[in-house]
Amino acid sequence: MKRSEDTNQFDGRTSDGLDSGGDLETKPDSVEDILRSDGGTVDSPFERTATVEETRRDRIDRKLKDYLWTPWSIMRNDWRAIVGVSILVVYLLIGTVGVYLIDPTHPTHGESLVGPFEDWSHPLGTDQSGQDILSMTVYSTVPILQMMGAGALFTIVLGTGFGLVSGYKGGMVDTVLSSITDVFINIPGLPLVIVLSVLLEPEHPALVGVLLAAAAWAGLARAIRSQVLTLRGEAFVEASRAMDVPTISLLRKEILPHLMPYIVVNLVNAARRIIFAAVALYFLGILPYSDANWGVMLESAYRAGAVYRPDAIHWLLVPMIAISGISIGLVLLGQSLDRVFNPRARARHERSDDGKGSEPESEPNTTNVTQM
Amino acid sequence: MDWRIRRLGQSVFTVWAVMTLTFVLTRFMPGNPIDYFLVEVGPDLDDPAQAYEMAELYMNINPEDPLYIEYYDYMTAFMQGDLGRSMSMNMPVEEVLAIAIPWTLFVMSWAVFLGFTAGIAIGAVMAYWEGGKFDTALTGYATIITSIPFYVLALVLLTIFAYRLNWFPTGGRQPEGVEPGFNFLYLTGIVHHAMLPVFSMFVTSGMAALTMRGNSIRVLGSDYLRVARLRGLSDPTIAIHYVARNAILPMYTGLMIAIGSMFGGAVVLEEIFVYRGMGWYLIEAVRARDYPLMMGAFTVITIAVVIALLIADLTYGKIDPRAGGENREAF
Repeated sequence: MKRSEDTNQFDGRTSDGLDSGGDLETKPDSVEDILRSDGGTVDSPFERTATVEETRRDRIDRKLKDYLWTPWSIMRNDWRAIVGVSILVVYLLIGTVGVYLIDPTHPTHGESLVGPFEDWSHPLGTDQSGQDILSMTVYSTVPILQMMGAGALFTIVLGTGFGLVSGYKGGMVDTVLSSITDVFINIPGLPLVIVLSVLLEPEHPALVGVLLAAAAWAGLARAIRSQVLTLRGEAFVEASRAMDVPTISLLRKEILPHLMPYIVVNLVNAARRIIFAAVALYFLGILPYSDANWGVMLESAYRAGAVYRPDAIHWLLVPMIAISGISIGLVLLGQSLDRVFNPRARARHERSDDGKGSEPESEPNTTNVTQM
Repeated sequence: MDWRIRRLGQSVFTVWAVMTLTFVLTRFMPGNPIDYFLVEVGPDLDDPAQAYEMAELYMNINPEDPLYIEYYDYMTAFMQGDLGRSMSMNMPVEEVLAIAIPWTLFVMSWAVFLGFTAGIAIGAVMAYWEGGKFDTALTGYATIITSIPFYVLALVLLTIFAYRLNWFPTGGRQPEGVEPGFNFLYLTGIVHHAMLPVFSMFVTSGMAALTMRGNSIRVLGSDYLRVARLRGLSDPTIAIHYVARNAILPMYTGLMIAIGSMFGGAVVLEEIFVYRGMGWYLIEAVRARDYPLMMGAFTVITIAVVIALLIADLTYGKIDPRAGGENREAF
């Protein structure tokens, strides 16, 4: 539709140019050659359309290349990414496949407080009521992953939304949204979540994640806002605004892509913070629960005095290792993503990958050669 | 308008917003305290109507009044420093909290102070020997240590140093059987009790070192530093006046965020070490369904953070002259 419209306009202009004629130029076919002193038919770059139509397939290919292959080929060379992604994949596998491989446990499943690696029907031992610790840990992964996903996503959506709109709009909208953000930045996160969860008593893990996000989004919103403030004065934003692009699509298509790297890195960091806070709340015994998770295991072990009973120490250690493991995975992934989106690292990658192709203009030399 | 006045107004607004939030939570949330009084406590009393009086006594809200009067009563009582009455301690909330606040401030300010000082020193050394063995080893250590939640580390430290080695007390905030006051035994006892909580916050603050390292490396590569060297300035002058100053300044914001999160972290730490500060009382209140104490602790913790951030913001202008107001056109 858009194309055909453009063509019509083009034709109309040609005939118009000829009618008002008396020109030196007489060949109507070679429109490109028309050059007039009054500037009437100068071929404007704004009206030129692509000669080759981009198919959906092309577009998908390009998106894949931009968002998957290029980052991946940079990350492939970074040990942090390899380790981080592998750790997370292991946790994902435990959460999806593991629950089918390992039987759920129940009280008096085995004897009370079997040590780890003693009895191979309970590889990691049992707790005081005889529940298998390996099985509990595996089944905990599911709610933890749900919490993490829901919480991180909600943090990002809320933070980005507030930051984008208040940074771009400015004026009254900014004042109102920034005030809300500032209030939430000032409220200490954990106490707020504690009060909210006492009153709301969320039970579904995803709901817990969303609740935890209430305390985490404000910092991101402020950071995004200050980034938008530097972008809003850029020429391409001004051009879009001059063309009357609706604010929503301007934010979505022009500004958001520039913030994507930052948002992705923050998604990973938010996921880690959500897990920390969630486990802390379960450890404090504030959230209601129906199924065990790492925090609940920590709490019951602590209550049973595992800190001073040598025979119960594994009950405390296993969930600790589980939490620290996933957190190390997320930290490493976050650090390597930071590097992937760093333009210097990207430029270096493109040089080595395509070889012949477009050399990045900036970034002089030497150090890269030695590093490759 | 002067930005300081605006900043002050913003803090006042935040406090007002938080108080209103607690009012709304107390009054309207599902499972709210007022309903709890009327439904749970009321029927057990001889005269069920007494529940209204109790609600007013404990929460400063009389559910029989119209809403705006409830709100007005609640806010005026708060302004006068009346936070209601704790149900579990049977004491005015503000008295309970007044005892608790200094302990939390004591432990947490030391943790933040030591964490940042050590972080800056270590980060600077790491940047100086960038890429060396010391740098690589410490970067790895800092990465792993920031991945471990501080409460997990606190539990580990508690197990090893308090229960196994008996170097530190396993809980509490002051020595037993010693007369409180300014005597040597009591003061060292307090420090002794605070050591493990401070240490477990301190060890996990590797973030400061990593930030300092990154900042210093960035400053070390900048042009004005080359000029400073060309001018023949001495190394200590460059290190302190050029590198340290410009590397530390951006960390001030991190410090402000640390102040906010330390009060959050205090809740968990104080519970683990049975350290009777604000956080410990907050959790006790939650356990006992002592809503007035819970809301009071939450409000006071928030106000403490607001004040800390206000001080930090106001002094930042003095430290970094580049920080200033902003004027922008609205779209």
